Amino acid sequence: MEEPMDRVHENMLDGNAAAGILDEIFGGEMTASPTECEHCGREGELGSLLTFTQAPGLVLRCPACSEVMLRVVQTPDYTYLDVRGAVYLRLARR
Amino acid sequence: MKRLLEWQIAAVKSIREETYRTKTLTLSLPSWTAHRPGQHYDVRLTAPDGYQAQRSYSIASEPERTGEIDLTVEQLSDGEVSSYLHDVLVPGDRIEVRGPIGGYFVWEASLGGPLLLVAGGSGVVPLMSMVRHRRAAGATVATHLLYSSRTPEDVIYADELHELQAAGDGLRVIQTFTRAQPPNWTGYARRIDAAMLSEVAAPLGRKAQAFICGPTLLVEAAADGLVEAGLAPERIKTERFGPSGGTA
Ligand SMILES: Cc1cc2nc3c(=O)[nH]c(=O)nc-3n(C[C@H](O)[C@H](O)[C@H](O)COP(=O)(O)OP(=O)(O)OC[C@H]3O[C@@H](n4cnc5c(N)ncnc54)[C@H](O)[C@@H]3O)c2cc1C
Ligand SMILES: [Zn+2]
Repeated sequence: MEEPMDRVHENMLDGNAAAGILDEIFGGEMTASPTECEHCGREGELGSLLTFTQAPGLVLRCPACSEVMLRVVQTPDYTYLDVRGAVYLRLARR
Repeated sequence: MKRLLEWQIAAVKSIREETYRTKTLTLSLPSWTAHRPGQHYDVRLTAPDGYQAQRSYSIASEPERTGEIDLTVEQLSDGEVSSYLHDVLVPGDRIEVRGPIGGYFVWEASLGGPLLLVAGGSGVVPLMSMVRHRRAAGATVATHLLYSSRTPEDVIYADELHELQAAGDGLRVIQTFTRAQPPNWTGYARRIDAAMLSEVAAPLGRKAQAFICGPTLLVEAAADGLVEAGLAPERIKTERFGPSGGTA
């Protein structure tokens, strides 16, 4: 589905680049919030993930094992969120 | 306090040429919020037919300046949004933005130091917000800014960096020029590498907090180099701007 990682390396961004859309989805700043990779167990802030914006939608990968952790696709009316690759996401209660 | 991230219409107050390829836009914001140095704004352009293009731009100014922000934009050849901001936008125009955004790549005086800032090309923008804030807040944490540019003409904020360093409050600016150097230059004249990073980082010790920003490939190289130089990966934060195009 996605291009192999090395071919899109140059276009790779950080989790910061997804901060706007994540804020939009979750209603608050998310990039300083921790998460865990389902594949290799790495824990770290969402801001430390690798972001690919040129895939269909937005893809966040684990910087340790390169597996997909989060995927966001938006249509005019809906946001589709696939978080299969993340053990958890942490949201501030308000 | 919860603030919703909403689009607002900013007014272009002034535009200033920094180098032959970069301009600083000063935007007045109807709903200004103090940012954390390192954060960015999203800029959204909408064509008459409804087509939209959206990009992120780091805040260059310090949060102590209220009601307005500076964004510094590098013009890329065929760059959709950067070309619009350079060639079409004039003072008095209005532009849609949302922000401040991000909470990961941020530094403020209360976080202390020592600080190692590494910039390639326009990657100096969010780091400039940090050093401007450092100065405005009267912070004296030891700070080294390693800044890579192609030529002396490519250096953004050259005069101000010179003045900030001359203030003698613990900021050192170390430059490297990858393509052409100033006359009689005795400093670095190559791309950022592990040897350069360890020379610049050594005086700051193992407790330094590093922020690296610039074209993706430069950020990769600098982050790897810093780990090689002995800095723990969790002390290194990165902000990749995208494809390099050999910017630095
Ligand atoms: C969090 C974040 C903060 C940023 N802050 C700044 C900032 O302060 N100042 C700034 O000038 N830019 C910044 N950028 C980059 C900016 O968001 C845009 O990517 C850049 O302006 C290019 O957009 P464009 O529409 O002009 O070019 P596009 O039309 O998207 O691309 C045109 C051509 O340029 C190439 N290209 C795309 N992006 C880059 C790039 N970054 N460098 C070199 N070539 C590229 C493309 O591959 C393409 O060939 C930031 C990016 C991120 C993710
Ligand atoms: Zn992993």
